[in-house]
Amino acid sequence: MIQMSGIKKAFNGNVVLNDVQFTLEKGEIHALMGENGAGKSTLMKILSGIYSKDAGEIKVDGEPVHFKSPKDAEKYGIVVIHQELNILPDLTVAENLFLGKEKTYGKLGILKTREMEKEAKELLSKLGLDVHPKTRAGDLSVGKQQIIEIAKAITSDAKYIVMDEPTAALTDREIQTLFETIRELKEKGISFVYISHRMEEIFAICDRITILRDGQYVGVRNIPETTFDEIVAMMVGRELGERFPERKCEIGDVKLEVRNLSVKGIFENISFQVRKGEVVGMAGLMGAGRTEVGETIFGYRKAHSGEIFLDGQKVTIKSPIDAMKHKIGYVTEDRKTKGLILNFSIQDNVSLANLKKVSSSGIVKKEKEEALVNQYIEQLKIRTSSPKQAAKSLSGGNQQKVVLAKWLGTDPEILILDEPTRGVDIGARKEIYHIINNLAQEGVAILMISSELPEVIGMADRVIVMQEGKLTGEVQKEEMTQERIMHYATGGEQVV
Amino acid sequence: MSNSSKDWLSKLGPLIGLILLIIIVSVMNPSFLSITNIFNVLRQVSISAIIAFGMTFVILTGGIDLSVGSTLALTGAVAASLLAGGVDPFLSMGVALILGLILGAINGVIITKGKVAPFIATLATMTVYRGLTLVYTDGKPISGLGDHLSFQMFGKGYFFGIPIPVITTIIAFVILYFILHKTTYGRRVYAVGGNEEAAKLSGINADRIKIGVYAISGFMAALSALILTSRLNSAQPTAGQAYELDAIAAVVLGGTSLNGGKGWIFGTLVGALIIGVLNNGMNLIGVSSFWQQVVKGIVILLAVLLDRKKSE
Repeated sequence: MIQMSGIKKAFNGNVVLNDVQFTLEKGEIHALMGENGAGKSTLMKILSGIYSKDAGEIKVDGEPVHFKSPKDAEKYGIVVIHQELNILPDLTVAENLFLGKEKTYGKLGILKTREMEKEAKELLSKLGLDVHPKTRAGDLSVGKQQIIEIAKAITSDAKYIVMDEPTAALTDREIQTLFETIRELKEKGISFVYISHRMEEIFAICDRITILRDGQYVGVRNIPETTFDEIVAMMVGRELGERFPERKCEIGDVKLEVRNLSVKGIFENISFQVRKGEVVGMAGLMGAGRTEVGETIFGYRKAHSGEIFLDGQKVTIKSPIDAMKHKIGYVTEDRKTKGLILNFSIQDNVSLANLKKVSSSGIVKKEKEEALVNQYIEQLKIRTSSPKQAAKSLSGGNQQKVVLAKWLGTDPEILILDEPTRGVDIGARKEIYHIINNLAQEGVAILMISSELPEVIGMADRVIVMQEGKLTGEVQKEEMTQERIMHYATGGEQVV
Repeated sequence: MSNSSKDWLSKLGPLIGLILLIIIVSVMNPSFLSITNIFNVLRQVSISAIIAFGMTFVILTGGIDLSVGSTLALTGAVAASLLAGGVDPFLSMGVALILGLILGAINGVIITKGKVAPFIATLATMTVYRGLTLVYTDGKPISGLGDHLSFQMFGKGYFFGIPIPVITTIIAFVILYFILHKTTYGRRVYAVGGNEEAAKLSGINADRIKIGVYAISGFMAALSALILTSRLNSAQPTAGQAYELDAIAAVVLGGTSLNGGKGWIFGTLVGALIIGVLNNGMNLIGVSSFWQQVVKGIVILLAVLLDRKKSE
């Protein structure tokens, strides 16, 4: 049995877990739920020794433990199966199973290949998986690889297995096989922590649910005694308060229209409109395909089918350059890898999308460049000692403002904002909301992709919701509740 | 900004190294400082420095160009054969330079459109261009280039007492410095090397920028071929072998990161001078040519290790 209590963790002064508790009984399947950023992964990384806790206590079978590395946690039988599987595709199934704990003759490292293959075969058939141990692991389906991961955990005597979104890439049948395997192991006394956004699955397989919100412990519920609605309310229930400044603006004609946009294997038949001066929220869970839709409209990804209309005119956008010619701007989700050049100064980053504006006949004009960057440092209240300061040394909020400045400089008529406040502190958030409102008032059509429901509800005039590559719902301002959006996002039953 | 002084120190590190090296060499053999010897060093350096300038552009985008030595041989052979055939010297030189530009651009197209890793692509073209040189020259040196004053001057002449290759190097440096630090193209080169994704998402045509840097590299290799051909008054089919290594070494010694996005062309000039002074100094001091290679390798390694330490 594992007991975690009073767990606290902060990164650079940013508290991500505060006084969190979690217990895992022997032979129990325990779901861990919460919105993106609630602290689920961090909690499990502390349990498995990847992160160290700032405060709190972990007990395994009543004995206090201190894990300094995943190896320490493994000694107590705690194993994590990550969303990205740890299978080496070019090794055989048996080689994968015994990776790092190969059976050898003496210490010379000569492998007992046959013995390992025999053991692998026995283990796999116990788990109901009929594959030859010499099969190349990469040739197996993701579902089977998932079970190999469980088998790997068992070969290292795991008693507690943490599974992070195990079914994200599985077919329905594979999910059933996985569940059967999990249930059998549960009978043998192995415990599971099951992290997932999929409500039905959790209700089908888990015994209990612990809910986290904003790094806080909200509560624990026994499965048969709770409902979807109660869990959703626990996950999202926070007061909106005055966090979102009011916006009064005239919503004009349709500016952007997307019809049946599809990228094979990622999303399909996405259709929606954004009007001038309107903020359309795009909600959904991580991996629902929202960022990819944004990237496709911006020409960074190639659409396999579908059409895009601007002001009622059909346009072809094949690259970000085309998109920018049509006055589209895209503030990327991940500012560190896609939005900024971290080694560049604020000024160089802002200029990047505006090089034509700040140069004449190909020569960069220092005065124009400085005027542009100073205008936005002032307007967006970017806190910096100098425009020459490197982007990497700024706080998250200020980095985000630099990315915004870069795009405001292009005078966009359509702005796609992908998670505009991720990793941004509350003060800077409100300033970013003000910037969004001002843009809408100037008639910019805004598509705001966000995983934070309060933000979507607080800022958007209308919300469209995606689940697993499909548009599953649209909610008008008056009808917006977190529960309703969450239901569309998780594929739960429709709220009437 | 508190880290600006540290920035400067790391930028000036190579220059300090060069000055120390000059002091050591001149103490051990004062004749190093004679005008004749200094011009000798500079003239030798000019050939590798010009190639290294082009290489700087390539490395700033995170790429590498192994084909420069073979490009030098092929363009040199073409220029020599045209001259030997009585073609106007300016036209011959122009053809060689344009050929260099094209050979470089071919590298760029293979790398961007074919999505081949720069190391592999230019390793292949290095072999192809060398092979073409051997085919074109039939494996024999081309001589009898005539006595056109303009061509002879290019590698051997003096202008107000300064060797013309040195002047060419300085002009090339100034132009490339301007392109890299004052134009939108230069900014885009840094952006593509700093973060290609972010650059593309900011509306930069990364492919075009990359093809451009390889074209520049090819052009510079051809320029250096003209100096070499003029100096030797002939074109050797085996010319320029392993020149890519000296060029890469000069860029790295100058503090430009092989990961791209960080560095400057002044550093490359200093790096090329360090290698030149080291070669010349060791000759003057009487270090055997076998040991020279050992020392050169160790110096490059030390410089990179020092740089790593500083950035930690």
